[in-house]
Amino acid sequence: MSADLMFDLTVFVLSLLVGFEVISKVPATLHTPLMSGANSIHGIVLVGAMLIAGTAHGPAGYLLAFVAMAFATANVVGGYVVTDRMLGMFRARTPQPRQRSEDPA
Amino acid sequence: MSAFDTATRLVYLAAAAGFVLGLHLMNSPATARRGNQLSAAAMAVAVLVTGAVLIHDDSITAVGVVVLLAGAAFGGAVGLYAARGVAMTAMPQLVSLFNAVGGAAAALLAVNDLTDGTSAGTSVAVTAALDILIGTVTFTGSLIAAGKLQGWIPSQPLVFPGARALTGVLAAGFLGGGCWLVAAPGDRVALVLLVLCGLGFGVTMVLPIGGADMPVVISLLNAFTGTAVAMAGFVLANPVLIIAGALVGASGTILTKLMADAMNRSIPSIIVGGFGTGDAPSVGTSRDAHVREVSADDVAIQLAYASKVMFVPGYGLAAAQAQHQLAELGQLLEARGIEVSYAIHPVAGRMPGHMNVLLAEANVPYPQLQEMDEANPEFARTDVALVVGANDVTNPVARRPGNPISGMPILDVDQARAVVVIKRSMGHGYAGIDNELYADPRTGMLFADARRGITELTAAVKTLVG
Repeated sequence: MSADLMFDLTVFVLSLLVGFEVISKVPATLHTPLMSGANSIHGIVLVGAMLIAGTAHGPAGYLLAFVAMAFATANVVGGYVVTDRMLGMFRARTPQPRQRSEDPA
Repeated sequence: MSAFDTATRLVYLAAAAGFVLGLHLMNSPATARRGNQLSAAAMAVAVLVTGAVLIHDDSITAVGVVVLLAGAAFGGAVGLYAARGVAMTAMPQLVSLFNAVGGAAAALLAVNDLTDGTSAGTSVAVTAALDILIGTVTFTGSLIAAGKLQGWIPSQPLVFPGARALTGVLAAGFLGGGCWLVAAPGDRVALVLLVLCGLGFGVTMVLPIGGADMPVVISLLNAFTGTAVAMAGFVLANPVLIIAGALVGASGTILTKLMADAMNRSIPSIIVGGFGTGDAPSVGTSRDAHVREVSADDVAIQLAYASKVMFVPGYGLAAAQAQHQLAELGQLLEARGIEVSYAIHPVAGRMPGHMNVLLAEANVPYPQLQEMDEANPEFARTDVALVVGANDVTNPVARRPGNPISGMPILDVDQARAVVVIKRSMGHGYAGIDNELYADPRTGMLFADARRGITELTAAVKTLVG
């Protein structure tokens, strides 16, 4: 096993443990925003997609890069926006009722 | 390491720290929004520095720039549109779709790495194969899950003859393809075999799963996506992908475990045995238990003169789209000085925490949203517990051994001084067993559709108190 792989594996395992530690403290009330927030974090594949686009040459490479870019950007942008929208609904008290512009449920 | 390299790596490290701190701030509703914004800022920084790397390397072609920007613009627009417009009831579908695209993007990174001509080492090939496998399974699995949640695919478990055998063949296919790929990285046939079997396996894994098990499935697929992204980080030797992927993997795993516990299923039985195809609700009506039927007016009197009321909402409430009506009733009672809170079981909804979001959208302040451990001690000093659209999670038989829900964590609704259940009929819940709570002498049954029942109650309380 190469030293690089060993290093990456160490980072992976320690990050998993940090993740367990941090996330087990999130209250059940926030589990949906937690999941969609975590969802946006895995949008970090966008970085990888950009690097692909950077080395792409030939139609197949470009197509692959385009699809990866589109998927990853949708993941990042959509994930963060919807999480923010949800968290904006969690209020301690509501002095004045908020206007409901969309879908009158 | 050049100065530029050092700088970019430090920035990536800072971004990873931002993700961890952002998740840490999620531990309270008061700081959660800031946490998400911090996480988003960290993401923006990581993306910008990657842009700087591309410019610095100067290897990107003009077409590459166009492709990159076009992909980003297209994906960004779609993501933004979906995120702005989605109804809160449709959140599980959207999260599933984000799982799908995230998993697919991670798999594409590995496909690219294996096909770009440079020969990959064995260790890279192993992680690349894992990345492709997990990513493709997540992609189709999440699409099927989203389709089921949206109602495009029937939500009953879909089992066709030979499904098990096909799943086995696909599993053998991706195992063989994976090993072949590790032995000969870059072999196109092995790659195609792995991708196709992974895609097929995602379909056959999720199709047999019933709609009520979706909270477990979404959580599991979320963990999968995280792991796929971490594997992509191994392939690209980029620690920020490994860290971010591991964080999501941990989050998904914790939620999977929580959901599985709350539904009384063990994770191994879920993964090995296919999901919840076994306990189809038993046919037929319950034995004629002695239940006490009450009218909306009776309940209104109970509610109006209570000092503490607990609402127990279940998925039936969301299915009837009655959360706004319930919140209105809650505000009415609060205005009378009655202490109102909501006891929320972990599986009240179609994904972890879903019910909280639906109630928050209906303007219920979050201090009133109590999770199970918080709510259970409160029932003993509750005058009226109003159960709407929840069934199995309130059944006291879970405390006794020897039945399908033995050991399942439940809300101690039967501890309240009086219980009112709004329900259309005496039909069974998902577990297909009688709910002893309904036969309790302190329980009154208000037979009505959730939305109409609550609306009638609100009207009755209004007339009563003028």
